Amino acid sequence: MKDMGEGYTTPDGRRIGPVLMELRNITLRFGGVVAIKDISFDIREGEIRAIIGPNGAGKSSMLNVISGFYVPTEGEVWFRGEKRGPMRPYQVARLGIARTFQNIALFDGMSVLDNIMTGRLTLMQSGLFSQALWWGKAAAEEDEHREKVEKIIDFLEIQNIRKTPVGRLPYGLKKRVELARALAAEPKILLLDEPMAGMNVEEKEDMCRFILDVNDEFGTTTVLIEHDMGVVMDLSDRVVVMDYGRKIGDGPPEEVRNNQDVIDAYLGVAHA
Amino acid sequence: MADQDQGATAQSIPALLALNVERYGSRPAYREKEFGIWQVWTWAEAAVEIRAMAMGFLSLGVERGDHVAIIGRNRPAHYWAMVAAQMVGAVPVPLYQDAVAEEMAYVLDHCGARFVVCGDQEQVDKVVEVEDRIHHIQHVMYTDKRGMRKYDHSRMNHLADIVAEGKAGHFRYEGELEKRIAELTADSTCVMLYTSGTTGKPKGVVLSNRNIIETARASVAFDHLGCDEDVLAYLPMAWVGDFIFSIGQAMVAGFCVNCPESPATMMTDLREIGPTYFFAPPRIFETMLTNVMIRMEDAGDLKHGLFKHFMDFAKTTGETYGMPRYRVKRSKPTLRRRWRWAWRYAMGIGFSVETMVENALRLALVRLRHPLEHRKHFHARGPLLNLYPQPLRDYFDYRTGEVTIFSPLKNTLGLSRIRVAYTAGEAIGPEIFEFYRSMGINLKQLYGQTEASVFITQQPDGQVRADTVGVPSPGVEVKIGETGEVFYRSPGTFVEYFRNPESTASTKDAEGWVATGDAGFFEPGTGHLRIIDRAKDVGKMADGRLFAPKYVENKLKFYPSILEAVVFGKDRDRCTAFINIDLNAVGNWAERNNIAYASYQELAGHSQVYGMIRDHIDAVNRSVAQDPMLSGCQIHRFLILHKELDADDGEMTRTRKVRRNVVAEKYADLIAALYDGRDRITTETEVTYEDGRKGAIRATLRIEDATVAPEAHLQKEAAE
Repeated sequence: MKDMGEGYTTPDGRRIGPVLMELRNITLRFGGVVAIKDISFDIREGEIRAIIGPNGAGKSSMLNVISGFYVPTEGEVWFRGEKRGPMRPYQVARLGIARTFQNIALFDGMSVLDNIMTGRLTLMQSGLFSQALWWGKAAAEEDEHREKVEKIIDFLEIQNIRKTPVGRLPYGLKKRVELARALAAEPKILLLDEPMAGMNVEEKEDMCRFILDVNDEFGTTTVLIEHDMGVVMDLSDRVVVMDYGRKIGDGPPEEVRNNQDVIDAYLGVAHA
Repeated sequence: MADQDQGATAQSIPALLALNVERYGSRPAYREKEFGIWQVWTWAEAAVEIRAMAMGFLSLGVERGDHVAIIGRNRPAHYWAMVAAQMVGAVPVPLYQDAVAEEMAYVLDHCGARFVVCGDQEQVDKVVEVEDRIHHIQHVMYTDKRGMRKYDHSRMNHLADIVAEGKAGHFRYEGELEKRIAELTADSTCVMLYTSGTTGKPKGVVLSNRNIIETARASVAFDHLGCDEDVLAYLPMAWVGDFIFSIGQAMVAGFCVNCPESPATMMTDLREIGPTYFFAPPRIFETMLTNVMIRMEDAGDLKHGLFKHFMDFAKTTGETYGMPRYRVKRSKPTLRRRWRWAWRYAMGIGFSVETMVENALRLALVRLRHPLEHRKHFHARGPLLNLYPQPLRDYFDYRTGEVTIFSPLKNTLGLSRIRVAYTAGEAIGPEIFEFYRSMGINLKQLYGQTEASVFITQQPDGQVRADTVGVPSPGVEVKIGETGEVFYRSPGTFVEYFRNPESTASTKDAEGWVATGDAGFFEPGTGHLRIIDRAKDVGKMADGRLFAPKYVENKLKFYPSILEAVVFGKDRDRCTAFINIDLNAVGNWAERNNIAYASYQELAGHSQVYGMIRDHIDAVNRSVAQDPMLSGCQIHRFLILHKELDADDGEMTRTRKVRRNVVAEKYADLIAALYDGRDRITTETEVTYEDGRKGAIRATLRIEDATVAPEAHLQKEAAE
């Protein structure tokens, strides 16, 4: 792949910055199963980076490696010029990595607003005691965070369900709430695990617009896993293609689309 | 009343604004819910913003007589933009925000707007799309800057930046602004509004300051509106009603305009604000009622029983005991009134004691006769003792209903504080009308037009009925032409149609009488006006009998399961109809009756749905048969359409009135089938999606016969 030095400019005129995260020769084994095999790629600042591949290709495992949930068996993860060691989940969140899940992981009984507020937990300064008593710094701080959360609610156009318990919402809206919660953490890198799975065309279009808007407005670096090829090709700046734990393609969508290995992986190839 | 005398000298909206700053400076003028909180601007604060915006417009070079188009949802900034445009001598032109780019292009081109204020990216996109064809657009402003970063900003600005520019250049522009405000007279143009265009292209109705302010003054006095009213601004800004309520009357009376957070939150915001003065087309009231009914179906037995009992009871007593009292400001309560209160409380306590004693007695009696199943035989009826006269009894009963049902229900609907509510635009179903009025909501009807600055007739308090539109508003003269068409003349009568002298001449005659295009008559005795139909739709059937489609359609639409109906029969020997079912109501009904369906189309074609609709049509036929003049309009055959009539397909106007000729043309094959006796027809219809793409729906529709009732007057003749 051609060297891009300190970044590049996308066809629609967005400026992509230098490398934010670099994965070097990642291998991940579960016992004898090799989930990821010697994969390297980088994620640049402000970029929408897609990971695609057939079922069982190791996409979600890759996302878990990026988020620090899995520690790679071999290889290194470099984040903002530093090598990253094993971490606890809260440390990951503090680093500025937020994610949504393939199967929605929201608090069903809580309102949309409260769910999104939980996204800001790592950013809260006041201690457990003052938060529980609603006293001193906690009260003032909550206002501040609520303001940020309201901006996100406004941004994702979910004002009308602000007070609705999440359990009562349809699937498409839950996905949007999950995105809102991830955004509330003001992440450097936003990881989306199949944000459009199980949605109808209209909901997909909405979601695409939100992902693009988020990237445009907040400059959030986004890594997404998606099955819908049309969506991936339209949304992303660069695509990594995986198959059976190996990387079989990496580059801008047009380039990947014409890659013979990718075509074989997706359409199948005659093993004669 | 000193305030109103002062108001009488103000000749323009900007002058009224200045007056309001003086009178009500610290009272709220605008509220908007943003980021989950109601943001408030007082009259003084709003005036500062509006003036700054006006100066910003000056810095952009807005000239006297320019047209400033405003496209967006109801937001204070958009109302301010209209007033700011007036301040600099320009003419605000609000447009329907859900219009597609093509429709917008026509209006923008016709009015020659040089400046456009857009609500958000969606509207900007539409303007950009047509910009290369319409060369006179010089500058585009937008209020919501989301997603706008990538646009070419050489001729585009965030509205807030323009306001900031105006504030910064305040020394430079102050003098010029004062000069331009002073130039405004009662005859200068206040606003230009485009008609929805039921027939042909929209026409630009020019309304002067005199039209708007005089009308607003008369109507504010008519309903005793004060500076403490709250209205919810949610109707399209391009519609004359919204302009009169949210700018005209708000400026004259000095009340507060509340803007919802987004169209989707309208019902929640309505509840939070609790408007005291409310306007809605019948459709909104219908939807609210349908929702209440659907939810009542799911309620427990006790609630359901109470609801049914008190709603039935209120039908006869609501008018008497439910209506809010007129606003009469009283001084300190006199001894006499205190005594009256004490008496009422005592009577009330007595009544409840009596009811309890009575029911205990009854229960004891029932227990004697049916010791094992007394619950089954016990019915709590009205007291036997009859210590109280009937009216007092009803009064107490109604108050009980108010505590248990009406108040909570009104609160849920957000109508608790309503002093006056209006509905107009279409006929409202008598049941719907009765429902709201019996709960003690002072819902009234008015009849109006863009060309009349809304008010032609309205119903005075105490003379409200479902089937009339009231008496002529103060200052309005109404007469009925030879053909039955309604004519009016009023201070609110429009100046002209913009760049269309022929239409102006054909609508408004030399003496100032304007043809409404509606056929109607004054009811003998009461002097109330009744509207039958559009004058041009009223026709003759092949055998010479009167054909008034709207009359029948309205009767059909009063059923919750029927969303829309189109009746055909002009110059034919019998009438037939298209029916559009209401997916909400019919879907709920289907769920209850275990009817499975996958789509609107499937539900619409279901035989049980057909059965239900046929019952409705039969009932309507029976009621139409009672009217000797219109008994020919009974529906002989009908079909249920496979898609909803939609404004995007041009089948309806943006204000959701059916475009009869478009429908007739588009579905000519279906109409032919209605008349040639076939019992099913396969058709393909083109549909337009919201984003402008087109698709097609294929469907096979069934056609069924309805029962035609014997006509009342013929029966009589036969009997004689």
